[in-house]
This record gives sequence, structure tokens and C-alpha cells, in this order.
Amino acid sequence: MNLRSTASVLAVTASLALAVSACGGGAKSGSSSSGSGGGAAAGPSSEYNAGVTQVVNPSDKTGGTLHMGMPGDFDSVDPGDMYYSYAWNFARLYTRALVMFKPVPGKEGLELVPDLAESLGKASDGGKTWTYKLRPGLKFEDGSPVTSKDVKYAVARSLDKDVLPSGPTYFNDWLDTGDYTGPYKMKGKLDDWKGIETPDDQTIVFHLKKAYGGFDYFAMLPQTAPVPEAKDTGSKYKEHPVSTGPYMFQTHELGKRIELVKNPNWDPATDPNRKQLNDSVEVLLGQNEDDLDQRLLSGKIDVKINSTGVGANARKAVLTDPKRKQYADSAALARTWFANINGDVPPLDNIHCRKAVEYAADRSAIQGAYGGPVAGGDIALSIMPPVMTGYQKIDPYGVEAHPTGDVDKAKQELQACGQPNGFSTSISYRTERAAEKQTAEALQQSLDRVGIKLDIKPFPQGDYFKLYAGKPDFAKKNGLGIIVYGWGADYPEGFGFFQQIVDSRIIRSAGNTNLSVKDPEVDKLIDKAAIEQDATARNQLWSQVDSKVMDDAYILPYVWARGLFYRPATLKNAFISQNWGMYEFLTLSTQ
Amino acid sequence: MVTYIIRRLAAAVVLLFVVSITTFAIFFLVPRLAGMSADDLASRYVSKAANSQVIHDTATRLGFYDPILVQYGRFVKGLFLGVDRNYGPGIEHCPAPCLGYSYVTQNPVLPDLLDRLPVTLSLALGAAVIWLVFGVAAGVVSALRRGSVFDRISMGVALAGVSLPIFFTGIVSLAIFRDQLGLVGDVADWVPFTQDPLTWANNLSLPWITLAFLYAAGYARLTRAGMLETMSEDYIRTARAKGLPERTVVLKHGLRATLTPVLTIFGLDLGLLLGGAVLTESTFSLPGIGKYAVDAIGNNDLPQVMGVTLVAAIFIILANLIVDLLYAVVDPRVRLA
Repeated sequence: MNLRSTASVLAVTASLALAVSACGGGAKSGSSSSGSGGGAAAGPSSEYNAGVTQVVNPSDKTGGTLHMGMPGDFDSVDPGDMYYSYAWNFARLYTRALVMFKPVPGKEGLELVPDLAESLGKASDGGKTWTYKLRPGLKFEDGSPVTSKDVKYAVARSLDKDVLPSGPTYFNDWLDTGDYTGPYKMKGKLDDWKGIETPDDQTIVFHLKKAYGGFDYFAMLPQTAPVPEAKDTGSKYKEHPVSTGPYMFQTHELGKRIELVKNPNWDPATDPNRKQLNDSVEVLLGQNEDDLDQRLLSGKIDVKINSTGVGANARKAVLTDPKRKQYADSAALARTWFANINGDVPPLDNIHCRKAVEYAADRSAIQGAYGGPVAGGDIALSIMPPVMTGYQKIDPYGVEAHPTGDVDKAKQELQACGQPNGFSTSISYRTERAAEKQTAEALQQSLDRVGIKLDIKPFPQGDYFKLYAGKPDFAKKNGLGIIVYGWGADYPEGFGFFQQIVDSRIIRSAGNTNLSVKDPEVDKLIDKAAIEQDATARNQLWSQVDSKVMDDAYILPYVWARGLFYRPATLKNAFISQNWGMYEFLTLSTQ
Repeated sequence: MVTYIIRRLAAAVVLLFVVSITTFAIFFLVPRLAGMSADDLASRYVSKAANSQVIHDTATRLGFYDPILVQYGRFVKGLFLGVDRNYGPGIEHCPAPCLGYSYVTQNPVLPDLLDRLPVTLSLALGAAVIWLVFGVAAGVVSALRRGSVFDRISMGVALAGVSLPIFFTGIVSLAIFRDQLGLVGDVADWVPFTQDPLTWANNLSLPWITLAFLYAAGYARLTRAGMLETMSEDYIRTARAKGLPERTVVLKHGLRATLTPVLTIFGLDLGLLLGGAVLTESTFSLPGIGKYAVDAIGNNDLPQVMGVTLVAAIFIILANLIVDLLYAVVDPRVRLA
């Protein structure tokens, strides 16, 4: 059986299974439904997309277990060693960082509010120094007090990427670390390190190498969640992270199951952002995705943990059945699907040839490849996703008026480029990704209208960046003029989205995340935005970055991603967090 | 007999050595031949925005700059002497036989495998009992009632069993028997036998039946063919002529001879399943060795891949050894030889 027929059989099987389960299905035992079914067949009526703008099924009732399931596993549950947004979202159930995103629906969810700290950071020294003061009365799960030294230790340990390799490197890159490499390699030197100072138990001061205006976003990272040094077990800390949040680890069977129970030493008086409604939270790890979707749709699982919502087969079942669709939310994500236009490959070193590609592309066809407007996403007018803080609408290539491409303009640009009859180049995509394959084919067809011939070259996903498209020498040598790609923000602010994909100074010999953007003006704008402390002015600068890269035509954005998420009728306090681009886990309950 | 067992075990050790060196070569040589440097290899095990220094440090920590033979030597040394590893606050010793630490999760591989072994054992052994009993019984009855309605139905079902992939029968049976009829528990919620035998059996019943359905089909066809051939042998006619009861003729003379090839296949099948029922565990979200293998391959996690490969090889070798020894019990002709 070839791959295509195998995939077809899988799709048919899953669809059949979903169809069978669509005939009914009971809720999990012990849930709050009346017993006749917790899925689409019963429960209170709802409205499609209600969870995008408001809290669905608000409830303050306590008790019960929140059942979660995920197709894979977290990169880690150690707050110092995690990167995926669903892991950060989940971590807030048992950890508290200095700062957090406000757990509310809509735009307000993009606002940062103090968590462990009494207020957002106070900058001094032109943005090179940031000071936070902890709330009084904070405790770990064992009742011992949380001090600023525990926060310093937590950040310090996260610097050691040999022991904790999975987290982001913002603190490594920006903190004034000097020669300090973390408490594991430099035992007993923590107090000597002045990159972070703790003048008293309540105060913590961060010293940066250079000014950074958006440091509160770094203070939001789970790496600032306190870790008691005496309880730190390094790479084994994930077996039982010590809690400061409303829940704590009861069980962690690695790769199989997590059970959180109420943390008796969490004091709501110190935490205006959280509630402790569930008696426990259970997460089943490593689940078969089709079966997990089936259980979600039949109400046996309350929440699916992933970043894109239900899978392709369940998506069809949800969108074609009004009874199910009322429980679904199509959420805009801080992610853009795009292709890099590689200036290393002639004639794309000429801006007019790059612009010809921008004009000729049929973004409408590519939108279909990603699942259409509801489940796939909206046609992108620029690189920056609209859900992000400070987004400003620009449409330099008239995409809104010409979603299928503007052939006349493309031909004009080809004339200006000196290639009036078009040219030939190659396009790469990740073999395992069907949507990227269809994207490459759609681009091949649409660019052919103006004489640009594309030779399609698939490469394996696992080594796409290390060996192929992300290796400049390889890309140049093999004439990869267009590279199919996509990027999601670490956090929904300009720096968290743009820096990794448009800063030319981070380009290295292989494994790149910036695959083509090389403009010193863009680099200057990034530096300027990074030190700007006024949020409005900073957002303005990020908008300029968006505009400049679009003008350079180094990136061809086509889809602002969306995910289709499902909330069983029995789920309470459910809404899409605009920050996470998925349900806010912190508020969910079942009673 | 003892010499025979020792000789087989010695051959098994050589085989394990070959398996391990092949796995190692595939993992390291193929990427190198494709132009992948040590840093490229290490960049698989860092976060998405890791800088060059972090990648370099990771490659150093994982020993990727060392020649491949040195790296293999370190693996073999771990098997016999154990491995010391810095987990941050201190050094921990992974005692021999140490299969190393995962590049991704940083967990020691052997305890991970042992932790998952009861799941795979429960699944494989439970299913094996079902498919052996039902498969062989159906084969015997079909052979004795050749051309009957039972024969036609059972062979038709057997054909369906062999043809239908487990990810089809598994997902559909979950939708029907768990979600619609509520006859079985939540399979994905693995409960060990020692904790609650009834829930263990209830949750595993569907994977058992689904897996057994696949295998029983083959055994039924194999047994039927063997029985048809055996029952037409002269010694069966002689046994009947001697006036032996039909039950004795069928079970003691007919089935016994048929069981030899069945046993051979059974040894291979069971050994393979104990090394990881990849599709069944993935379909039913069972956290066994097969699921572990899928994740290990997906993550390019060599220590985990190596561990699974060796454990699977050991099971296959042991199962075949046991089967070979059982030949003598089942078939007196082997004993005489």
C-alpha cells in the first residue's frame, strides 16, 4: 500500500469512527452532565465562535476533575525547560511567574498583569535595569515562603542549556550574565553573580547587557516561576515541579499521565488572577489523535491540549454538523504561513523579481490548502498576524483586492527586473506536510501565469532547517528561490514574533529560522524597537518592520493561521485566549 | 540440551551485537553521509531558537564530535560498566546494563522501557491466549467440517481479520463498543493488573480482541490447512482403524502434528509483539514499548531507538528459543532426532 492510499484509509477510518460516534455517546462518569450525553447530542445550546469573545458557561461551582488529553507529550513540565505555548498555558495551573497575561477573552487577554509581582516591572538605567517587588504571603506547596532568591535561582538554572535545553534563550541572550553559566556548573556562586540582584526577600532586580523595553514579556516566561534550590533536581525536576499555583503535582507518570490536585498552600488573597474550582486535573499523554478527538466530541475528555485544535477528520465532522458546530470556536493564532523569497538565488537578488512573485501568487488557492477560512486561516496581507499587540493593517501588494494575484502588476515587475518572459527557480517544502505540498503546487500554477517556472523540491521535515532550506549554502547551491515555511510568535508582541525570522544577524551556517531577510535597515528598526520603553511607540516600530520586510519582498505571506477548537457542552468557563490562541486552561472547570 | 541452549544464547549475543552496531551506523553514518555535521545533529535536541553556542555545547555533551567508533565504544561500556551522568545538581550513576539516556527527555532508557513493559506484556499475552485458542479451534472445526456453513463463515471472517488493518478495526471498534455501547472502559486510561485486575481486563479487552482478531485469522487458516493435510495421513486412518475415539484421533494424533508450524509462527509473532505492538498501542493510546518506539523514531532519539531495538531483538530470540525447545514436547519425532 503506498503512502497516499494509506493516508486515504486512515482518513476514511477516522471519518467512519467519528460518524459512528456522532450517533450519540455518553459523557465521562462523574461529569456534571445529566447523564444523557455530554457531547453534541445533549447539554445546553451554544453558539459557534461564542468562546472567541466571551466566557462560555460561566460557573463558580467547585468540585470534579478536569480531564485533559494530548496527542504527544509536553516538551517538559519543568517551568525552566519548556517552550511550547500549550506548555506555558498549562504551567500556570501549578506555577506563578512574575508577570502573566490577563486570563480574559478578547483583546484584553493580550495585556500583561502582575502575578507574583505587585506590579509590572519598573525600568531604570534607560531600560537596562528592571525591578520587581513580590507580593507578601507567597508560599510553595510545602508551606515554605517564596522569596526573590527563589526567583533568581529559577532564572539562573534556566541559563544552563546542558541540563535544561528546551526553554527559550531570552535570558541567556539579554541578561548580563558575564561569565556566569548557571548554578549547576558554578556551584555556590549564585550570590556573587550580579546579573540578577535580590536586595531583600521581596525585591528582584534584573540587569541587562543592553536596554530592552519589553522586559515584562520576559518576566512573563515560566522561567521566572520560583524554584526552591533545596528541591531542585535538575533535569529530573519535571518529575515533580514544586507548586506555587492553585494546583500541585500528585502524580507524574512520565509520558503517560499527570494528575494535579489542590495546593493547600495557595492563597487566593495573593492571586487575583486564578481560581481553584476543580478538585483535580488529569492529563492523559501520548493519545492517538483521532481517538482523542472522538472522545472530545463525545464529552469523555474536556479539553484537548495542542496548539491547532481538532484534527483534519474531526474538523469535517464538526463543521458539517450544526449540532457539533455550536460547540466549536475558530481561533485566530499568532502564526503566519509564508514563503521566504531567497535573495541569494538570481534573479531573485533583484527586488523587482521578488515583487513579481508577491504580485503573481494566488493566496486564495493557498488558503484552501491550509483548510479554508474557518479552519485554516485568513488570507494574509502582511507578515504580522492581526491578533498581535500593535498590529496595523497594511496591504502593499493589494491582496485584499486581488486575492488570486495581480498578473498585470507582476508582469510590470518582471519588466523592471529585466526578465520580461519570466524565469525559472526552485521551491522547497516539508515532505510530511500536505498543506505545504499543495502550497508549492498552487504557487507553481499561479506563478506560471507570468512565466515564472517553479521546480518543486520536497525535503524531510526533521532536517529541513539543518540540512536543506535552513542551510544558506545548500539553498543557494540548489537554487531554492522560494522556501515554504511558517512561524508562530513566542509571545504576541513584535519582538516575540519578528526577531527570529527577520534579523539578519542571527543567520548562521545551518539550522536557521531567518531564511532570507537581509536588510540592515530592518536590523536597525529591530534594535530601535527593542530599546523603546513606550509600548505605543514600540508597536509603531514593529509595524514599520512588518512594512519594510514586505517592501523588500523577502517574505511572501499568504495565510494568517486559525485553529478549530472544540469545547464539550459540559465544559465551564471556556474561552479562547487571544494570547495563547487556544482555550485558556487556567479558568476551565466542569461543575 | 544444555549445550544446545548455551550455543543458542551465544549466537543471540552475536546477533544483538550486529543489531546494535547496525542501528548505530544507520543513526550516525547516514546523516554524516548526507553532509550533516555534529552541530547539525545536535540541533535536533535543542529548543527552536537555540544559538550556536548552545548547539555546540549540546553536541559536546552528547559526544557527537567524537569518532563514531568512540561513541559506540561508550555505548558498549555503558552496557557492561554503567554510565555516570550530570543531571544538574549532582552526578547519578546508571548501573549496568545501562542503555544510556534519552537525548530528548534525558530519562534513562532502561527504566523507561521496564516501566512500559507491563503494558506490552499485558497486551501481547492476553491477545495471544485469545488468538491461539480461537484461531486453532476455528481451524480444527473448519477442517473437520470442510465445506460446511461454519467452515465458510469462519474462513470468511478469517480473511477479513487478516485483511483489515488494526488502525481501522481499532478506531471503529472504539467508536462502537466504547463510545456507543459503553461495553468497555476507557482503554487509554492504563491501569496495572496489580492495582485493579478487573479494570485492567476491562480496559484491555478491546485491544486484546482487536489484536487477536488480526492474528487468529492467520492461525485459523494455518491450522485448517495443516489439519486437512494431517487428517488424510495414513497414521490417522490407522488410528481410526484401531478403534480409537474420534476425539483422541483428532486431538492427540491430528492436532499435535499440526501444532508444530503453528508453534513456530506463534514464537515469532509473540516475540515481535513483546518487542512492541506498535500499531495496536498507538491506536489505543497504550503507553507500551511499541508507542515508545514510535515516539523514539519520531524524535530521532538514538538511545531510545537502540533500547527498543535491543529489547525487541531479545524477545524475538528468546521466544524462538523457547519455541524450539517446545518442539520436543509437542512433536516426539523432534525428540527422537
